[in-house]
Formats: sequence, C-alpha cells, structure tokens
Amino acid sequence: MERSLALSALFAARIAALFLIPSFTLAFGVPVTAQTLGVMLCGTVLGAKRGTLAVLLFLVLVAIGLPFLAGGRGGLGVFAGPTVGFLVGWPVAAFVTGLIVERWRGANLAVVATVASIIGGIIVLYAFGIVGMSVILERTLLEAAGLVTAFIPGDIIKAVLAGLLTAALFKARPASVLSRASSDG
Amino acid sequence: MLCLTSPVETSAHRWRPGIKFALLCAATFVLLAIDSLVFQVAAFLGCLLLFALPGRTFFLAGMRALKPLWPFVVILIVWHGITQDMADGLAIVLRLMTAVGLATLVTMTTRLSDMMDFVRWALQPLARFGLQTRLVELGIALVIRFTPALAAQGRQLAQSWRARAHQKPRWQLILPLTVAAIDDAEQVAQALRARGGLMPHNSGVPTPARTD
Repeated sequence: MERSLALSALFAARIAALFLIPSFTLAFGVPVTAQTLGVMLCGTVLGAKRGTLAVLLFLVLVAIGLPFLAGGRGGLGVFAGPTVGFLVGWPVAAFVTGLIVERWRGANLAVVATVASIIGGIIVLYAFGIVGMSVILERTLLEAAGLVTAFIPGDIIKAVLAGLLTAALFKARPASVLSRASSDG
Repeated sequence: MLCLTSPVETSAHRWRPGIKFALLCAATFVLLAIDSLVFQVAAFLGCLLLFALPGRTFFLAGMRALKPLWPFVVILIVWHGITQDMADGLAIVLRLMTAVGLATLVTMTTRLSDMMDFVRWALQPLARFGLQTRLVELGIALVIRFTPALAAQGRQLAQSWRARAHQKPRWQLILPLTVAAIDDAEQVAQALRARGGLMPHNSGVPTPARTD
C-alpha cells in the first residue's frame, strides 16, 4: 500500500513537474503540452488502478488552487472552461490505457503501450473533451470535434513517445513498471 | 509552494469554503438557465466589479486567469459573425467568462489550508465506502512536497543536457525524470514502512518513528 501511494503521488508530482520545466516542447513545433504524455505514462507504467489514482490526485491539487496545468493554470476556473472535458477524461484515459497494457501481454511492450495510449489517451480522451467543449461552447459534437482535430497529430507523437518511454523504463526499472509487474509490493 | 490564492486579503478570504462553493454552484446554475444577453452582460459586469473591488493587483491577477479563454472567445465571435447571430455568440462568450471568473474568484479567495479542510469534509461520505480519507490527504501532501523537488531535478537535467548538446532538450528528459520519480517513490515507500506503514486498521497515517 505504501508503494502504491508513493508511486501514485510521485507520478502526480511528475505530471505537474512536466510543465514546470520551461523548455518542454515537442518536435516539429507542435504546440502541445507534455502533460497528456504524463497522463498516458501514468496508465502505461502504473497500470489502470494506480494510474487513475495518480491522475485523480493531480486533478484534486489543480482544483484546490495549485497552478499545475500548462501555462500556470489551475484552480476551479479550469473546471468551468471549455477544456473541462479533457480534464474529466484524464483519469478515464489513464484507466483505459493502463487496462490495455495490463491485459495485452505477449506483444512488444512499446507497441502495446503505443496502441494503449492511442486508444486511452486519444480516442477516449477526445470523446470526453469533445463532449465537454460541445456543452460549454454550445456547439454540435461535430463542430466541437473540428476545433480539436488540429491537436491530434501532436497527440499521436506523444502516444508513440509514451510507448517507447514505457519500454525503455521497463529496461531501466522492470519492477517499477507496475502495469507489467505481477505483485503489488 | 506557489498557490493561486491571492495575497491581497479580502473579506471573502474569511468566508467558509463550503459557503463559497454553494454560492458558486448556484450562480453557475443561474448563468446556465438564463439565455438573455442583457442578463449575461449584467452578470459579467458584476463579476468584473467583484474582481475590481479588492484593488488593482487582485483585478489584474483575475484577468490573467481569464486570458487562456481568448482563443475560444475569438473563435466564437468569428463563428457567430459568419452565421450572423452575434447576440447568441456574445451571450455564450459572456456566460463562459463569467462562469470561469466566478470559479477563479473562489480559488483566489480561499487559502490552501481551507481548501484542504473542504476536501476532507467533502470526502467524508466516501469513507463509508472504505475510502481512507487520510491516505488522500497524505497523497496530496506528498505531491505538494515532491512537485518542486522533481521540477528542480528536471531543471538540473535540462542544464546537464545543454552543457553537452547544441539543441535544447525536449522529450528526452521525460525518461530520466520518470526514473527519478520512481526512485523517489521507492524511497518514500520505504520511509513510510519504516515509520510503521499506513496501517488501514487504525488511524491510516504513519506513526512517526521514535528517536529517543
């Protein structure tokens, strides 16, 4: 239990730290934050349950007023804004991503984690994000989807990175990739 | 730790967070229920007035929090300009800015400790379903403690990268940062166990180790 809590808390801190590092931009000038990548990694590394807990913990801290989102945003205001669907979708995205990595064994971890990140961190997450944007901005779902498609290429790059990083992490710290570990510890 | 609570003391800082949350929920509900442009203009002006009352510093900090909404404001205005129903567009924009503004007001006038008290109170019903609220509190404390530590490690890694390469580091730092997070987590877990563990059967918080 101590290990689960510590890993969830440290991964939540890492999602926050990803924005605190000023020079964090992805290749090709894609205007994206590394935080969605952090969410994908919560799922691929910690697994469904602990990954979800880490993301929930992060969101509680954002809600109580810590400026942990990209651009120093935070507080209750972000939960009233147009991107609320993405925030609500983060824990679900981490859960789905983690669940796929936990269940789909036998294939190359980099491939599994990439596919899991695409399904959880893009398809599931955008479903929430688009519904949220559609409600707040009073657009149809199709119109809301049109507003966010520009970010999908960047997120595909992040999903591939999440896959490669998970595989590399499995080499560096195999026991700590809990989505593939058999025991709690 | 940097927090979004305003250092400019207002009378709302002394209100109980529960009251502010209830008012925020009620205000958001009313904003969603009424479509009239006149009402939305009045509500937005009222919100601006609330930001202006404590003074210039408070007002500017509040406006900074609304700044990320501008891309959406521009998109909506252009959209409704094309479809020629500007009144609808303005009502949506004003409702969005007022809702975010009021929520930001609650954040700016509530101290982190008061927020934590509120979270503790809000989690109480979940304790009946087996959630150990003290574990959540410990988790929150750990994140607050370790975010600056990990950020510092990240900056150090970035400096090391710059010392050896021409280009700025990008995604390359995520792996060492994640390894650092895992190593820190393992040490924290050991420290928690060394202090008696989390012990779900009693208080749920680690007992400090005796040093005498």
